[in-house]
Order: sequence, then C-alpha cells, then structure tokens
Amino acid sequence: MKKTASRKKTASRKKTRPAAAAVTGLRKLHLLGAAELSEGEIRFLLSTAKAFAPYVVRGETIPLLQGKTVVNLFFENSTRTRMSFELATRKLAGGTLNFAASTSSVAKGETLIDTAKNIEAMRPHCLVVRHSSAGSPWFLASSVGVPVVNGGDGFHEHPTQALLDVFTMEEKLGTVKGKRVVIIGDIAHSRVARSNIHVLRKLGASVAVCSPPTLMPPLPETLGVDYAERPEGLLRDADVVMALRIQLERQNKMQIPSVAEYSQFWGLSRDRAKLLKPSAIIMHPGPVNRGVELDPEVADGANSVILDQVFNGILVRMAVLAAVCNPDGLRGWLSKGGRRG
Amino acid sequence: MAENKALLIKGGRVIDPASERESLADVLIDDGKIIAVDDPGKIPESRAARVIDAAGCWVVPGLIDAHVHLREPGFEYKETIESGTAAAVAGGFTSVACMANTSPVNDSPYVTAFIMEKARSTAKCRVFPVGALSKGMRGEELAEIGGMISEGARAISDDGGKPVMNSYLMRKAMDYVRAFDVPVISHAEDAHLVGQGAMNESALSSELGLRGNPDAAEEIMVAREVALCRLTKAKVHIAHITTAVALEHLRRAKDAGLPITAEATPHHLTLNEESIRAYNSNFKMSPPLRSRHDVEALRRAVADGVVDMIATDHAPHGIIDKALEFDLAASGIIGLQTAVALALKLVHDGLMKPMRFVEAFTSKPAKLLGIPYGTLRPGSAADIAVIDPDAGWVFRDDVILSKSGNSPFIGWEFKGRARYTLIDGRVVFGSEG
Repeated sequence: MKKTASRKKTASRKKTRPAAAAVTGLRKLHLLGAAELSEGEIRFLLSTAKAFAPYVVRGETIPLLQGKTVVNLFFENSTRTRMSFELATRKLAGGTLNFAASTSSVAKGETLIDTAKNIEAMRPHCLVVRHSSAGSPWFLASSVGVPVVNGGDGFHEHPTQALLDVFTMEEKLGTVKGKRVVIIGDIAHSRVARSNIHVLRKLGASVAVCSPPTLMPPLPETLGVDYAERPEGLLRDADVVMALRIQLERQNKMQIPSVAEYSQFWGLSRDRAKLLKPSAIIMHPGPVNRGVELDPEVADGANSVILDQVFNGILVRMAVLAAVCNPDGLRGWLSKGGRRG
Repeated sequence: MAENKALLIKGGRVIDPASERESLADVLIDDGKIIAVDDPGKIPESRAARVIDAAGCWVVPGLIDAHVHLREPGFEYKETIESGTAAAVAGGFTSVACMANTSPVNDSPYVTAFIMEKARSTAKCRVFPVGALSKGMRGEELAEIGGMISEGARAISDDGGKPVMNSYLMRKAMDYVRAFDVPVISHAEDAHLVGQGAMNESALSSELGLRGNPDAAEEIMVAREVALCRLTKAKVHIAHITTAVALEHLRRAKDAGLPITAEATPHHLTLNEESIRAYNSNFKMSPPLRSRHDVEALRRAVADGVVDMIATDHAPHGIIDKALEFDLAASGIIGLQTAVALALKLVHDGLMKPMRFVEAFTSKPAKLLGIPYGTLRPGSAADIAVIDPDAGWVFRDDVILSKSGNSPFIGWEFKGRARYTLIDGRVVFGSEG
C-alpha cells in the first residue's frame, strides 16, 4: 500500500513538471551499471533511442560519432552484443575496433589493466567492455581516462541489455509503470536479470523472478522482487515473460539434474504459455535453446518480441554511445529537432 | 666491574597479564633480561645507564603474532623473513609464527631448518615456523611433523594451502601431535562450499554478482574441529574465526572444557563486507569480510575472551597478484603495522579492557605456541613493547616496511601505536631520547 501511495505522489508531481526536459545527458563519464542510473537518465536514453529509430529504419546515418573510435574489448565470447555495438557505432558514423580475448595478448598473460592501457594509448574515444569477472568495468574505469561502457560483467550487470528490454516492453505495452514482468531462468548467474530488475524497478514496474532454487541468488527478496520456485503461479498476472538462457556450458549436475528436467518444470512450454494473458509478450535475451527455455511455438508465436529486442538493441546502444562519446553533440542534435525524426 | 648497560623504562603503565599486574611502574632491564618491575620511582635511575621515558604509554610484553605469512622461501617478491619481521617490530611484535605455504612448502625438517637459519641471520624478531599438516599441503598424508618440531616448528597447519577436507586425516593429525604437545591450527572452511566464492554470501554478493562464500562453510568446519578436539583431546586452534554461529560453536566447546582456542584478525574486527562495493581487491581476504552483525559478534567475543587472541594473518601480495579483476585477485592483506591501532579501537570504544587487549597479543599466543615469552616477569627475556594508546597517526604507504603494500587501510587516521620494541633488551624499533 505504502509503495503505491508514494508512487502516485511521484507521478502527480511529474505531471506539473515535464520530467523528460530535466535530463539532457548522463552524470558520469561512463555507463557502468543500471543500478547507478537515475530514472531521468534511463528516460533520457530511452527517448534518445526512440528519436534515432526513424533514421535507422530509413538506413540513414546520424554523424554524432564522426571521427571517433569505439573499441569493443570483449574478454568473453559474444556475437550479437558485439555486432550490435559495432552497428550502433557505424550508424553514428564512428569507427570500431574489435578486441577478442581469444586472439589477444591475454592468452600471453597480459593483465586486464595492461591490455586496457595499451589500447587507451591508441587514443580511442570509448571502451565497450565485456568480461567474465564482476566489477571489471569499474576496475577499468578507475584506471583509464576514456569513457567505459559495460557490455556485460560476470553475473553482475548488463545495462544496455536492460535498456533494450525496457525499450521493447514500452514499444509494445506503452509504459512499463505498473506492469508485471516475470523473469524465468538461471537468475543466480544472470547479469541480464540483475540489470533488468534495477531498470524496471526505477520505472515503476513490478518484477518477479523464478528459477530452480539451486539457480536463485542468495536472499532474492533483497533484490526488491517477488520470487517463486515454480513458474505457474506467476504467469497469470504477467504482462511480460522473459526467459533467460540456461547456460549449458556452465551447468553441472549439482545445480540441475538435466536440461530436460529444467525444461519440464521451468520451460515456457505451449501448455504453460496458455496460462498467460493474451496480451502478454514473450522475451528472451538470446541465444534461445529451443525446447529448453521456450518451446519453438512460443518462441516464434505472435506474442514473441525476441527479434524486436535485437533491433532495438542497436537503437539503445546508439543512444548510450552518443551520450558518453559526444554528449554536447547529442544535446545539440536533440534540441534541433532530432526528436521529431 | 663491567660497564653498566642497564636500561630503565620509566613512567609507563605496566600491563602484564601473565603476572596479573596493571599499574604505573618502572621496568629495569639488564643483560637481555627483565631485572625488576616496581612502583614508580622505586628503582633508582642510577642503576641504569639509559632511560626510556614511557609517560602516557603502556609498557607491555613484546607482542606475539601466531599467524603471519613471511613468504620465504619461494615468494621473496612478496616478502622475506627480513622485511616481514621489520614490519613486525615496527608494529610492536617481538615474535611471529609463520605459516607453511612457502615454496617449497614447509612440510619437512629441511625446510623448517632453512627458515630457522634464515631467521637467525636476517630476522628482526623471533620467528617460529608453523609446519605443514600434510605433505605438500595436499591434504592426503601427514607431513613429517616430528622432524619439523625438532627443527623448531611450534605448530602445524595447512593454512594458506587448502583446508583439510579429509576429516580422517585431520583426526589423525590431532592424534599425532599429542606426542609433541603442539597445536593443530585449522583454516576452518569447507572448500566445496567456498567453491569460487570471492566474498561473503549475502544480499550484497547477490547484488554485486560475485560468487558467495557462505557462513556455513566456516560453521561446518569449526563444528568439525570441535568434534575432533573432543575425540582426540589435542590442542586445537581455529585461525581467523569470523562468523557469529561459529563463535557459538567455539563458546560451547570452551564451556565444555575442551582444549580449543581461536584467533581473530584486526581486519575482521574492523571492516564488513560493505567495503567491497568498489571491487577493490585490497578488501578481498579469506575468510571474507562478513556482515555487520558478524563483526559485532566477533568484537564482543574478542573482548570477553571467547576468542583468545588477535593475530594478523599478515598476507603480503605483490601488485601482480592484486591489481586484477576482483574474483581473480589473490586473497589477503598485510597487517603487522596496523594491528595495534585497529585492535585498540575496541579499547577506545570501551568494549575491551587494556589488560584483555594485552593478553590477546601476548600471554595467549605465547601459551598456544608454548614459548617462554609474552611476560614481564623478572628473569624472563626482555621482549617489550611500549605502546602509546592515544598517539594519532596516519598510515601512509611510505611507512610500510613490508615488501608488499596490499592494505585497505592506507590513508586511515589511527589512534595508538607502538613507540618502542625491545627484544632481549635491545631496542629494535623506535629511537631513544
């Protein structure tokens, strides 16, 4: 009760003062975690992404990163996130450099700091970092002088994924405020879940998570979400169901007995999907293990927005890169009516 | 008549738990021994060639640290016996017990003999090696415990290697040491539960996305060591205890009269897990920093004596070990030069009596290691620390004498420090006059 009341209060204050006008950039040099973003900053990034959309649809370039280089420092395998950042940079007329751990000096024993400092010495304008160790983007940001964007750190955060997820939800449902988002999967080892929880809560959505108890983080209630061990009870009220990838490579038999058993009890099967409201949307950060997290019919069904998430990822990452690499240019572009498209 | 070389420490508050003395008193030292401890002014200054003015200070037995890592042989880039003991005397310590996780591991009489010889030629304070419990610290077979003790080892432990997961091996180690009257020191964590845990398992580990090391990992092993202590009646010592529930296991074991003791580190008495938020690896240690609640319980347990002693777990690591991603960085921090100041906080907070503070640093570890130090009784070796409990100072990295600078306390403002450290009556730290 209390929560609803205070939310209403915030909402009524917003009506008298246009909220979006207040925030025209990020407070920090970096984009490290969703936990650090204010509601205003999130709204600013989402509205910037929206302003970019018509240009990208028409295949036009917005030259906000002209002459700038974004380095994708990926210490962990990734195809779609790296491609998405790369495309986002190109659509802003910037150049990209890709660094992948398997082909790098990391194999020769160079430390993260040394690698980053060597790349920094080549004078890039931004480092997008993906790393399997939680906190490494913060560690890097404290030792290099260029903006760092977190492209996913361990089980900790994946802020651009959360932004693209929320962007997609709002595209389909209007505002996420008051909506119920249910996240099902390996919550303990998911940076996607953590970042989504931060962004969704800041925007007034209610979140529930569900996973086998062996894949639930300690004390899930402290994350500010509801949680359940089995999904059925959560599905009826869901406006959004987000299934997370079960990382086959990470699992061992002490966490779940088998992928088949996971699918049997936690997978979004056709039968379980029947419990959903007709308007509920189905999301997945990809890549989908068909028949494990989602039945193929559900993944390809009318309510699935999985491919919209992929496209929106480009828009959101454009917004993030423009905001950290060229905040003044972006402000100017937006004020000159970029927003009208 | 020989030249008078006697030294008088004058005007301080003598605190000596072993002789149950706490009063203003002067201490006369000659020929490396304590000659007399008497009420102020009773010992004529004429009996001494030199006088140390200890007004406003505590005059206590030289501090004894039952748990340090000196890294020699094998990791001399982190620390040597010489540099580690230089840090020790600057922190008021006159004796340290060094763990066996060197390279090679101190699991044979030859390595123990090497450490003893190196200490004789380079150390600034007394060094008592701790021998490995198992060969290579692999947790599979007993190390040559008797041989190491013959060469000077004063305890056995696999601390710094892997926790001894095989309960049968631990039981046999406890049985075996009864023949030599030394304690078994346990790094009490269940290695499987710890897994790759990089911090305390909690709401914060959940939030930070770091793998957690649950309280249960320590509770289970402390409970096991209590059970094995009951079974074997060996002297068992729990290293760096941290959790509130483990403290309850310990308390019950002591109430039952078992020969079990425990230590707490200054950092576990000072910091809680919240410090980890910035992913600074100087806050990474093993066991990890725990919750606020655990820190409070630990402070009370140290103050009331359930935890017998304070030991630093001084664990030097080089930049190459620490300037890494949090989960990849080495665990542990240096502690010899900050121990007194951090532990004095309990006294300044009114939680712990000065006598108990001194006991936790002197008579208790002396008893554990079975060494004739940690007392100011006339006739004993003149190992003395003069501590100014109120001196304000800042721990800057240029005062660090250790070869490594991995401390989370750099830049901290402290109250209290060692002014002088004497071993066998020689001033090894501090300047006279």
